[in-house]
Amino acid sequence: MQAVERQLVNHDLVRFHLIASATFMAISMLGGLAYSFQFNQLYPFPGVEWLSPGRVRMVHTNMAAYGFIANAFIAGLLFAIPRLTRKPIFSDALGWVIFGAWNLIMVLTIVGILAGYAQAVEWGETPIFVDPLVMVGLVLLVINMSVPIFRSEESGMYVSLWYFLAAFAWTGLVYFMGNYLPQFWVPGAAGAAITGLFIHDLVGLFVTPIGWGLMYFFVPVLLRKPIWSHALSLIGFWGIAFFYPMQGVHHFLLSPIPMYAQYGAVVATIAVEIVVITVIVNFFGTLHGRSEAVRGNLAIRWFYTGMIMYALTCLQCAFQVTLTFQKIIHFTDWVVAHAHMVMFGVFGFWIFGFFVELWPRVYQRPWATPRLLTAHYWLTLIGLVLMVVDLTGAGLVQGYVWRSLAHWGDSVIASMPFWTVRTVSGLMIISGQACFLYALWATARGPARSRDSLPVGVATEPIG
Amino acid sequence: MEKFGASFLIAGVVTFFLGFFLQGAMPVMTLSSLPTQTIEEVAQDVSPHFVQLASDYPEEFKKYFGEPNPESFAKALDMGRDWYIAEACWHCHSQFVRPVSNEDLRFGKVSTADEYQNELHLPQLFGTRRVGPDLSRLAGKYSNDWHAAHLYKPTSVVPYSVMPEYPWYFDENKRPNERGLALIAYLQWLGSWVDEDGGGAQ
Repeated sequence: MQAVERQLVNHDLVRFHLIASATFMAISMLGGLAYSFQFNQLYPFPGVEWLSPGRVRMVHTNMAAYGFIANAFIAGLLFAIPRLTRKPIFSDALGWVIFGAWNLIMVLTIVGILAGYAQAVEWGETPIFVDPLVMVGLVLLVINMSVPIFRSEESGMYVSLWYFLAAFAWTGLVYFMGNYLPQFWVPGAAGAAITGLFIHDLVGLFVTPIGWGLMYFFVPVLLRKPIWSHALSLIGFWGIAFFYPMQGVHHFLLSPIPMYAQYGAVVATIAVEIVVITVIVNFFGTLHGRSEAVRGNLAIRWFYTGMIMYALTCLQCAFQVTLTFQKIIHFTDWVVAHAHMVMFGVFGFWIFGFFVELWPRVYQRPWATPRLLTAHYWLTLIGLVLMVVDLTGAGLVQGYVWRSLAHWGDSVIASMPFWTVRTVSGLMIISGQACFLYALWATARGPARSRDSLPVGVATEPIG
Repeated sequence: MEKFGASFLIAGVVTFFLGFFLQGAMPVMTLSSLPTQTIEEVAQDVSPHFVQLASDYPEEFKKYFGEPNPESFAKALDMGRDWYIAEACWHCHSQFVRPVSNEDLRFGKVSTADEYQNELHLPQLFGTRRVGPDLSRLAGKYSNDWHAAHLYKPTSVVPYSVMPEYPWYFDENKRPNERGLALIAYLQWLGSWVDEDGGGAQ
């Protein structure tokens, strides 16, 4: 079958997943921007059924999770797993089938949601008739990616692969549970417990383990030194694997779900934040002695900026999960700020780091416009921090106005300046992405160089 | 190598089901003693607002729903709930009243699990964000006409509102069409099962 020796990494597959990721990121962000204008009473498409703000909001979140993050993660897996195992993926043809299926799912999701077929599961609004295709796609992905791990003849198994394998077991189970149980079998409060578990596990058992697995791969490679502590890696993995799946109900605290499940979720959440600190310490221990890389290597800068965001969100989480905080902040923009800090500030930033490192490799040429990449970093970072601070403040204002029993309208009117700032911060982030997309395009069209002339990390070294 | 790798797959499955048992299956078992109603059973108790809807918009009601009876009420609730989901109303309006932050004074009785044991809460619509107020005690707080005007153009009755307008729930005469009537029937049903009067504040 292999008349011509297969390359270890299929760079074309990596490239197309990166292109898809950037495309859906653009769609997601434009959707988010349009939606934010609704809050300023300036929605650009009023009265158009297909572009109703509620539907556009679901396109925004679903494309962020499944279009932008999942595509980039698949690209990262396609790059990392063959290098860690010294075995290519199971089948390149299957890889292309998965690429086609996954992005067909994205298109069907957008069309389905806009046409009014959304499913009422948060982060799982993918129409019910698309869900079986997603399940098939996930199973194929797991087969394609885990075969090289099991075929590997390496003596040990690196920590990244622990995370990937656990994620492969988790992802399909989580998707099935969240999209089917509350839809067909479990109504009401018990269904809410399952839905909470889905919202949580999607981040905790799909995005988090693949994200950290790729961090454990890219950070030591780019810093050219091993991870600081193997013991802390072990504690981090098993702690996250044990505590992360048992906190779903913390999305519906003070609801009619039985209180023991709520208390359990709170305790498990605080426990996992303690575990996360060990992971953060491990990565900053790794950076020790090579901290100039944060200035000289843009990928490393994205990674560690994301990790600082991760530490902040986890610290925030340990407090906001308590019933005391929940009285005020639940249902407010505080939670929206938190979601943006996690999904974009952490995983989005890591993905930009992957792009910085991988894009020149798959195109075999250096970045054409390094300055635009620096602009992308600063516009995105400042825009996101502004959004998080703004919405966190808005959340506190909303929570206290509601508790004061002032008229509901007072909370809306008090929120309006915050919502204006939110749109401004969104515009900053989007202008950053415009720089980024142009840089991708200009690089792809630039003069070709051989891949060998691009040693690890060099692609980004000139950036100040 | 193979055994070693499999241990992480197994660990994934085991931890998933442990978490699922504690956070999913146990609440399901706790609540399984509560009887679950079908939409038809819920609709036996035809809401007075649905009967009122038949006289508010007689021509449209006759055309799409016939007479206000349990069968037409079930159809309206089902369809109204579906469009409530399609427009993602639940992303800006919650459907549960918490026992904190004076929510019982603002909205009405604190929510209990038995209220949600029917097919109209399949999937559940608790919601996670309140841009607008909670809707689980909405029944009767406003008239059908108010809801029609509010859906057509929210700022016409609530000037500061940031709710989107939904003109596609109305015909060319700006009277509610089939989906519009269904949505109003669903909204006026929310909380109709609670006997006591709702909270005083909005």
